[in-house]
Amino acid sequence: MSVLKVENLSYTYNVGMPGETKALNNINIDIEEGTFVGVIGHTGCGKSTLIGHFNGLTKPQQGRILLDGKDIWTEWEDIRQVRFNVGLVFQYPEYQLFEETCYQDIAFGPKNMGLSEEEVDKRVKMAAKFCGITDEMLKGSPFDLSGGQKRRIAIAGIIAMMPKVLVLDEPCAGLDPEGRELILSQVKNYQLTTGATIILVSHSMEDIANYADKVLVMEHGTIYKYAKTEEVFKDAENLSRMGLGIPDVTRVFLKLKEKGVNIATDVYTIPYAVKTLLKYKQEKEAAKNA
Amino acid sequence: MENILKAENVWFRYTEESDWILKGINLDVKKGEFLAILGSNGCGKSTLAKHFNAILVPGKGDVTVRNINTKEEEKLLDIRQKVGMVFQNPDNQIVATIVEDDVAFALENIGVSPKEMRERIDDAMKKTGIYEFRNKAPHNLSGGQKQRVAIAGIIAMRPECIVLDEPTAMLDPMGREAVINTIKSLNKEYGITVVLITHYMDEAAQADRIVVMNEGRVEKIGTPKEIFSQVEWIKSLALDVPQTSDLAWQINQHGYNLSTSAISIDECANQLYKFLEE
Repeated sequence: MSVLKVENLSYTYNVGMPGETKALNNINIDIEEGTFVGVIGHTGCGKSTLIGHFNGLTKPQQGRILLDGKDIWTEWEDIRQVRFNVGLVFQYPEYQLFEETCYQDIAFGPKNMGLSEEEVDKRVKMAAKFCGITDEMLKGSPFDLSGGQKRRIAIAGIIAMMPKVLVLDEPCAGLDPEGRELILSQVKNYQLTTGATIILVSHSMEDIANYADKVLVMEHGTIYKYAKTEEVFKDAENLSRMGLGIPDVTRVFLKLKEKGVNIATDVYTIPYAVKTLLKYKQEKEAAKNA
Repeated sequence: MENILKAENVWFRYTEESDWILKGINLDVKKGEFLAILGSNGCGKSTLAKHFNAILVPGKGDVTVRNINTKEEEKLLDIRQKVGMVFQNPDNQIVATIVEDDVAFALENIGVSPKEMRERIDDAMKKTGIYEFRNKAPHNLSGGQKQRVAIAGIIAMRPECIVLDEPTAMLDPMGREAVINTIKSLNKEYGITVVLITHYMDEAAQADRIVVMNEGRVEKIGTPKEIFSQVEWIKSLALDVPQTSDLAWQINQHGYNLSTSAISIDECANQLYKFLEE
């Protein structure tokens, strides 16, 4: 079932001024509930403008955004509700922490939803657990934590609102490999246990390859492709041409193909690469022995 | 070879009460080399980097820049002219409203004559590939372009060494590539010593030497091949190896014996070609 639908969406910055820029040009997408969608595209392709529309931060100039089949802008008062249902985690969310303790920071969102104290407490603990935040951290100030930890507090603040759709804009920028893995696996866990829809904007094709069910590729304010992850990576040569960094393992396979090895090139994760290579090797040996 | 930077048994903590962040670092940076520093978040990489141009000074031990001890306060200007720093977020490092003004900012502060200033900023902008944007406003540039403006501002000072603390963390793949290519050309063509702190293994793989840090100590120093071929050890430090090494290592888990030091795409593909076809 579709949870988020974008219909004929267009958006232009600085209309009628010298710096007029068309950021989105007639976008149509239908995002199914419970999908983990990776969004990729070159800087300036409109990714951030698009996701700003998902929770009503930006109002469409043309077109509509439908959440559960309902236009989010039909009733002005409802937009607050939309923002509870679609949680947006900005780039570098750790700069948005402001409370005295991590607990209070995470509680800020659910409190504003008008939930009872008991429910808020439950939500904070649930979100903290999801994000690997210890009780000790909850009691302390967010400003005593490391960058990666602060970021997890900020994400927990959104998860505590239990959004149906969780949108994350480059949540892993500047984190070490373990920190990236930690955040993404927690987000994946949130998707799998709550059935929420995840929209992940990332420049890291490796991360997208490892976690996304479907990939939305944007180019110059339009949708270049919206398809299953393996489908998108079949097109690695074009993605590379668009300035998107394809995973190194995919590059290795493209190189092998170039050398005349008759092997698939839609390989984008290491486990799948290993499987493909071993299968090729074994078939080759079997043919030799036959 | 001559050392440009030297850290001798450097210990550092932010306050008397807090834990030591750096715990006895010994490191030589050789003139003209491209050195990468790897380590997980919180291992002390950035703290160490800030010692290289005296933003921080050691609690115990010494850091010397060309034999000047960073504790000598009156030599501060000398040190900062020899070693320039570039940080992660380009927006925090740009002060002027026009690109070339920004590149000129530091020179204005050290009293360079207008004629020489013109030469130096043009030269710096050409070396970093931003000459064509010289009259633009920085906010109209992409992240990668802005980061190269920040680098140009440092290059205009004619430093012997630049220290870059995750300069590509906020950039997209094309921006990253442009910045890394700029850094490499400053190193290879103009002989500027580079210390690059990064979380991207593919960037570290292009360095002459890699320093791996863990919990405030230097764990190991070696060439990219020496470091990345030790896949299990790297992973135990919460770091990663390039996908190419990882691929070879994972195949080896199935009873084969591929080299994990084939790091570049070509090396890896060549090795796999042999593996598959011979």
